[in-house]
Amino acid sequence: MPKTVKSSSPECDKLESMDVKHVANLANLPLSPEEESKFSVQFAQTLETISLINRLNTSETESTYQVTGLVNVTRPDELNPDKILSQKQALSNSPRIYNGFFVVPAVFS
Amino acid sequence: MSSDLHHLDISAASAGLRGGKFSSRELVKSCLNQIQKHNSGINAFLTLNEHALEEADQADINLPLGGIPMAIKDNFLTQGLRTTASSKVLDNYIPQYDSTVVEKLKKAGAIILGKTNMDAWAHGSSTETSDYGPTLNPWNTGHLPGGSSGGSAAAVRADMCTFAIGSETAGSIRQPAAWCGITGFKPTYGRISRYGVIAMASSTDSPGPLTKTAVDASTITSLLAGKDPSDATTIPGNYQKILPKNGKKLKIGVAVEYLLPQMKDEVKKLIREAAGVLLRLGMSVEDISLMDPNYSVGVYTIVQRSEVSSNLARYDGIRYGLDRSHFGEEAKRRIMLGTYTLSSGYYDQYYQKALKVRTMIIEDFNRAFRQVDLVIGATSPGPALKVGASRNQPMFGEMEDILVEPSSIAGLTGISVPCGFVDGLPIGLQIIGPQGGEESVFRVALEYQSAVDWHLARPSLT
Repeated sequence: MPKTVKSSSPECDKLESMDVKHVANLANLPLSPEEESKFSVQFAQTLETISLINRLNTSETESTYQVTGLVNVTRPDELNPDKILSQKQALSNSPRIYNGFFVVPAVFS
Repeated sequence: MSSDLHHLDISAASAGLRGGKFSSRELVKSCLNQIQKHNSGINAFLTLNEHALEEADQADINLPLGGIPMAIKDNFLTQGLRTTASSKVLDNYIPQYDSTVVEKLKKAGAIILGKTNMDAWAHGSSTETSDYGPTLNPWNTGHLPGGSSGGSAAAVRADMCTFAIGSETAGSIRQPAAWCGITGFKPTYGRISRYGVIAMASSTDSPGPLTKTAVDASTITSLLAGKDPSDATTIPGNYQKILPKNGKKLKIGVAVEYLLPQMKDEVKKLIREAAGVLLRLGMSVEDISLMDPNYSVGVYTIVQRSEVSSNLARYDGIRYGLDRSHFGEEAKRRIMLGTYTLSSGYYDQYYQKALKVRTMIIEDFNRAFRQVDLVIGATSPGPALKVGASRNQPMFGEMEDILVEPSSIAGLTGISVPCGFVDGLPIGLQIIGPQGGEESVFRVALEYQSAVDWHLARPSLT
């Protein structure tokens, strides 16, 4: 285990008291009350462990999003008939279909 | 001989098939018998391909993998064959197409025996977070196989297949290979296509082989490597199989920071012994210093959770699968932490910071590879842990993968090969190369396996 750093920032506490509920809502995940309290404690611990990286000065360092340095990868805008699903195939795993379409939950009441 | 066909590695099985010593049906049957006898005790396979024997009858043994039986981790899409990623969310999912890896294996003539267990969504290093129960280690069923490709590693070590495919985001091939006593290879990021692999952390996900020998891993990698129009992150350039032995003298660095303070002395001793073997083989060996791997734990945790939260947003139970209430605890925890680290107000503090430290880790490896050709160390801090070890340990995977995370974050290539036993359980030696350094990694692994026989050890299954 890395030596954990006592975080001077209030973020850990914020998450702990904050809103595991709010984050669950953002992530569209239903949580039981037991999970809510269990996760609050675990998130605080995890955030404390990862805060180790704050010891490093990165003020002069660029971010790496892509490790092999590829940029602007393009391909011809052509259809590949071998990779196209038929409507029937595309719908084959859906629990609810109607007239050849996916059925989605209503947005407006 | 014919009763032990399931023991054969790819090279021996191919030679036997082509020499007419046995048929693909006999070879496949031998593996299926092994699955029938031992899968209930080990739980390596989730779904079997019912057509394997018919496919064996039609196999073209002149193809590179013609008639060779193999297993696929359950996060690779297989057309018409259930694919769950070991999550109940995808309990009933039947893919409409093959992943590029599966397409290439089929073209090469391989016979798919079935799909192997894993940590659900590949979230973990134990295979204990599978919604279908843990896989157990063939060396001792009271212990874990590692993960997330634990089912694939256990299936290979229990001789249920000639080889298997896994995927690695940070250690998910090398760590279970180490814990099960087999060879596991992680290619450079982008070397093997991710198309049709259920996405976990897209900026590090790397498919690769789990095999009985390093030669086999090289064979599979050469067949799967290559640019794929369906995966824009695949890298150009061909992978040539192996560097000749009489090439330049390789310089090996032993990463001293990877001999962790909490590591058992026996593990450190095995790594030093392995370094001694490489020295005797004519390589030069020196100690080198790398950045403290604990920093990689922080970077990986943030980057992985963030990418998971984005990738798993697609599972809504509308087009396929079940709704989000079916996610297991580990997936929920990871999605939520990632949602938090990407959320407004925390993005700079966590995600951006992690990407900057990622650059520092890459620069640190670049410095090391100016000094040496390859870096070696232990794959895992110790041998396989006991069943139950990951429970209520939200950072279990990160801590068990601490020695494989830095190279994954940097997109490097690496291999784990068996290098001895501690407490009756296998230990893995990892050999890390720079991006594109596959040839040197394989050359060292091959030479090492020509000098030792740890990779030939096989558990007696009960």
